[in-house]
Amino acid sequence: MRFMVIIKASKETEEGAPPDPQLLLDMGKFNEELIKSGVVLAMDGLHPSSKGSRVKFSGKSRTVVDGPFTEAKELIAGFWLWQVKSLEEAIEWVKRSPFSSQAGDCEVEVRQVFEMEDFAPVLSEEQIQHKVDARAELVGQAKK
Amino acid sequence: MDATDHHRSIEAVWRIESARVIAGLTRLTRDIGLAEDLAQEALVAALEQWPQSGVPDNPAAWLTATAKRRAIDLFRRNAVAERKHEVLARELEALEQTSPDLDSTLDNTIGDDLLRLVFIACHPILSTESRVALTLRLLGGLNPSEIARAFLTPEPTIAQRIVRAKRTLADKHIAFEVPRGPELAARITSVLEVIYLIFNEGYSATAGDDLMRPTLCEDALRLGRILAELTPQEPEVHGLVALMEIQASRTRARITSTGEPVLLFDQNRAQWDQLLIHRGLTAIERAHKLNTFRGPYLLQAEIAACHARARTPSETDWNRIVILYTELAQLTPSPVIELNRAVAVSMARGPQAGLTLVDALASEPTLARYHLLASVRADLLYKLGRHPEARTEFERAAALTRNTRERDLLLSRAASCEADPTNP
Repeated sequence: MRFMVIIKASKETEEGAPPDPQLLLDMGKFNEELIKSGVVLAMDGLHPSSKGSRVKFSGKSRTVVDGPFTEAKELIAGFWLWQVKSLEEAIEWVKRSPFSSQAGDCEVEVRQVFEMEDFAPVLSEEQIQHKVDARAELVGQAKK
Repeated sequence: MDATDHHRSIEAVWRIESARVIAGLTRLTRDIGLAEDLAQEALVAALEQWPQSGVPDNPAAWLTATAKRRAIDLFRRNAVAERKHEVLARELEALEQTSPDLDSTLDNTIGDDLLRLVFIACHPILSTESRVALTLRLLGGLNPSEIARAFLTPEPTIAQRIVRAKRTLADKHIAFEVPRGPELAARITSVLEVIYLIFNEGYSATAGDDLMRPTLCEDALRLGRILAELTPQEPEVHGLVALMEIQASRTRARITSTGEPVLLFDQNRAQWDQLLIHRGLTAIERAHKLNTFRGPYLLQAEIAACHARARTPSETDWNRIVILYTELAQLTPSPVIELNRAVAVSMARGPQAGLTLVDALASEPTLARYHLLASVRADLLYKLGRHPEARTEFERAAALTRNTRERDLLLSRAASCEADPTNP
């Protein structure tokens, strides 16, 4: 099963300060460990929210709000996509990550990724097909 | 945290660490069976102690140290009976004294040990099914019950298979080593065969089956990805990883929710997992950087990549696929590959060119009862407008297949020939 492991933003990441060299080194080692264990499918870090935007929906109107955004805890600084055997295994890996309080307050969230099978028990075949088609259309549009 | 939570989180630690712990212990004890037993004892100790003491900072080191202490005790007890063990016990103690930080000593060699464990678990002296069971047990961290469910085999059979395999390795004094020179290529082939077999066991299972089976694909992919990091210089390892990543990218599209297979050309390509395709293409690039020679896994991966790159079936680069199949047929001659090549030729140069090749295969004794030969031939005849002949071939293919869903599909195609006899 897959998990998205979300690294929450902190004051430091939002300030866009270069990360502590030691942390960078340790993170490199940790990532190497993850790769050697065949766990990582994808990973990336994100720029501070000052370089991003939000699009707000209200009825038919769309309002674009430029960053930065204030509530750092609700922002994301980076993510991994892992393939592991269980939520417990994902948590075990997260515990080994080199984040520490020295690098400022830090929080990592672990969320399971939906697989097609997850819909099977609750949805009828028609409903699943509808989801599949809708998704296909989205991907098709994205490519155009 | 209650007892079940503790149990589950220790199980997770075990999943991550067991292969490395067993690998390290096998090097120290020179006995894979003993190493696994010791590691199991350490796990039991962890289950007893960790709920109170908490999970240690370095669980692998804790498990290894605990297992090693038990090994020393065991060897001491047996020392009178066997001098060899006395020597080993002393060596172990000396190692512990000279290197208080056992962990760092282990870390340096851990990759090597893990690779040795891969090679010994996949040793050609063992039967294929034993190699598969041992690999999943020792490297995948699966217990016999999980392996049994995955292979729809009774658990005692799997447990016995593992015990016998370990005994064979001990009896035949199989060395715990990374093979060198000309032996290396053959041994890597044996490892790749085991991993691909595990993958296919999961991949060919249908959606309605036990949910454990699709996870076999994930197990095989993880083993492949680990192996690719252990042997980054081996192009065929990257080839196999690429092949599995690209095949796995189609998991969602290749079976309907009710379990019917969907042919490659009928699959909804938007459902293909682009992340896995990307990973597959990257693995192919890694292999290319190493060597210009293309082995069988890399060639199959490149064929899969041709399909993965095409957004619609009509965009498929069939000429390239013909070239790849021709290369593959030269490397590993097989009537099945010839048949696939014939299909590719028919797509690149028209059904008549394909049919000529297929007809040449008709006399091949190994294909006489192969339903795909009949079904390919039927399809080509249909495309050429020779419907009555096509119908006979579809019916013959239907009679030859053992898969009921496939039989239904073939019979409905046979019926469609009859329904429209005048309009090719």
